[in-house]
Amino acid sequence: MPDRRTLITLAVLVAAVAVSVAVAELSGVRLIDRVVTVMCINLILVLGLQVFMGNSGILSFAHIGFMGIGAYTTALFTLPLQMRGMVLPNLYDVLATVELSPALGIALGGLVAAMVAAALSFPLMRLSDAAAVITSFALLVVLHTIMVHWSEVTNGPRTFFGVPEATGLYQAAGVAVLAIVGALAFKESRTGVLLRASRDDEVAAHTIGANVPVLRWRGFVLSAFMAGVGGGLWAHFITSFSPNAFYLKETFVILGMLVIGGGATVTGAVVGTIAVTIAYEGLRAFENMLNTEQVFDGTVVGLTEVVLACAMIGILVLRPEGLAGSCEIGATALFRRRPQPTGERP
Amino acid sequence: MGQVIQFAIDVLSLGSLYALMALGLVIVYGILRLVNFAYGELIMVAGYTLYLLDGTALPWLAMAAVAIVMAMVFGVLTEYVAFRPVRMKSVTAVLITSFAFSTLLQHAALLFISPRSRLVPTPALFTRTVEIAGVVVPLRNLLTIAAAVAVLALFTFLLRRTVLGIALRAAASQFRMTRMLGVPANLVITSAFAISGLLAGVVSLFWLGRIGSVVPGIGLEPLLVAFIATVIGGMRSLPGAVVGGYLLALIDVSLNTALPQALLQFRDAFTFSLVIVLLLWRPQGLIRGPATGQRT
Repeated sequence: MPDRRTLITLAVLVAAVAVSVAVAELSGVRLIDRVVTVMCINLILVLGLQVFMGNSGILSFAHIGFMGIGAYTTALFTLPLQMRGMVLPNLYDVLATVELSPALGIALGGLVAAMVAAALSFPLMRLSDAAAVITSFALLVVLHTIMVHWSEVTNGPRTFFGVPEATGLYQAAGVAVLAIVGALAFKESRTGVLLRASRDDEVAAHTIGANVPVLRWRGFVLSAFMAGVGGGLWAHFITSFSPNAFYLKETFVILGMLVIGGGATVTGAVVGTIAVTIAYEGLRAFENMLNTEQVFDGTVVGLTEVVLACAMIGILVLRPEGLAGSCEIGATALFRRRPQPTGERP
Repeated sequence: MGQVIQFAIDVLSLGSLYALMALGLVIVYGILRLVNFAYGELIMVAGYTLYLLDGTALPWLAMAAVAIVMAMVFGVLTEYVAFRPVRMKSVTAVLITSFAFSTLLQHAALLFISPRSRLVPTPALFTRTVEIAGVVVPLRNLLTIAAAVAVLALFTFLLRRTVLGIALRAAASQFRMTRMLGVPANLVITSAFAISGLLAGVVSLFWLGRIGSVVPGIGLEPLLVAFIATVIGGMRSLPGAVVGGYLLALIDVSLNTALPQALLQFRDAFTFSLVIVLLLWRPQGLIRGPATGQRT
């Protein structure tokens, strides 16, 4: 039975998602609907990253690569049969006859991403600090190179189009809620607790018998699964995409959301996603306004990223634990019960 | 015979660039135990400096000198913006700030200059070719090798014979002890970043000479190359970085000639997989650095 604080955290975070959905629904504006849908998908990705990075303390760049695996897997299996020849002229015969429903495709995308992660990452989990970061970066590049050049399956660097549109606001929000449950459950599980112990002191965790590589590996596989599902949902939302969607730019946005919110907690992931989405959309609207009003000669591009980068550096310098602080919202003073004589330290 | 010479010169000239790139990354990593993700952007900065100076009356050598100085300035700026404020905190924090700073520089270039590629001036010397034993070789490749040898010699002299070099090496092995002996830590770190910028500047001259133009995303490939080379050679060893650079060039050029056309496009995937395997087999790299010291 999960403890009270975790349940409160869960309730508050789910309420935050529900409020966003309600806002989108009540406003009735198509743009807001789409923004909230993307936000929910990003939330799944950020939570996936939080599962590994927040609990193990190791920065992973490969995350978006697994998002790409999920997106391409579901796109490949849900693409209508009559379009296969047009989108993927050189597809292998074995795959050319299978067509799945989007829901199955997305689940399969998550599974494939998790399996790839499981197979590749076990040896990598022995590494810490900079070596771990560089290998995860290398992994991202490997995955990207494969996506760009495996034309039979991904249509190469060109756009993969014709994916059926299946992700709406409610699907994305529903999966985001599941992702919140999953991330909290993992954090409070035995594996999660031991993993956090290894994050705080690897040597000490080792001496109490924690098998650190195995713990990290479990976190990494779950993280990749969530990234794969997020990628799948995104593929069915956007319906056409190219490998460049799954590279450093997306990595930067997802990482920025997690860092700005606070990587150590699930609350931080949710807060960061919402805050960055609002800021991002605001800036984008501002950028568009500058461009349509012709305030400067030439188009303004990159302003959004510049501001986001400054915000990331600012947060890390001034408030390294992120906007949400270092404990879950259910454990903050807001929800604290009066101290009980037998109760554990809050 | 001709093929052998061609192959050797290809490997040596590419390797020289790779070695310098790797060295610039390792000089910072060796002291701070931190990877500078904004390293590639120093090359971009030097490139845009050349582009902006194009059309002025300056001779190419003067432009090159200004470009190198700009790379050094931005190297030091990286330290002030992305490293110094968070150095004492977690490793992850610094990796993220340097990644953010790299994005910041790239998008600043997008915003203030242009998303499209810009031509950079190259000296006429670069386009000439010479003939060695019946093989036509671009003079640029030979110049690259010569420049690398010169820079490496200078660098070795600096590290072995000067006070700054001794302080740098001491800081790389026992940072805290070095501070206690009265070496100003911030100065050592700032000079490491300046040297890193210098190397990036020199690399950019020849790297851009190969490509001919500069785009905001140009820093990615040198950064990746430096990563791989340092991982192969040893993250904490300066000679290791150089060995790793040449070795990586050897691997790249060999794969170029050995792989069939269909697989050649996956070359990067092969190289990076090799890095992962190598890290697993020898996490220290091929050449072990000095004993681990405390960070900051």
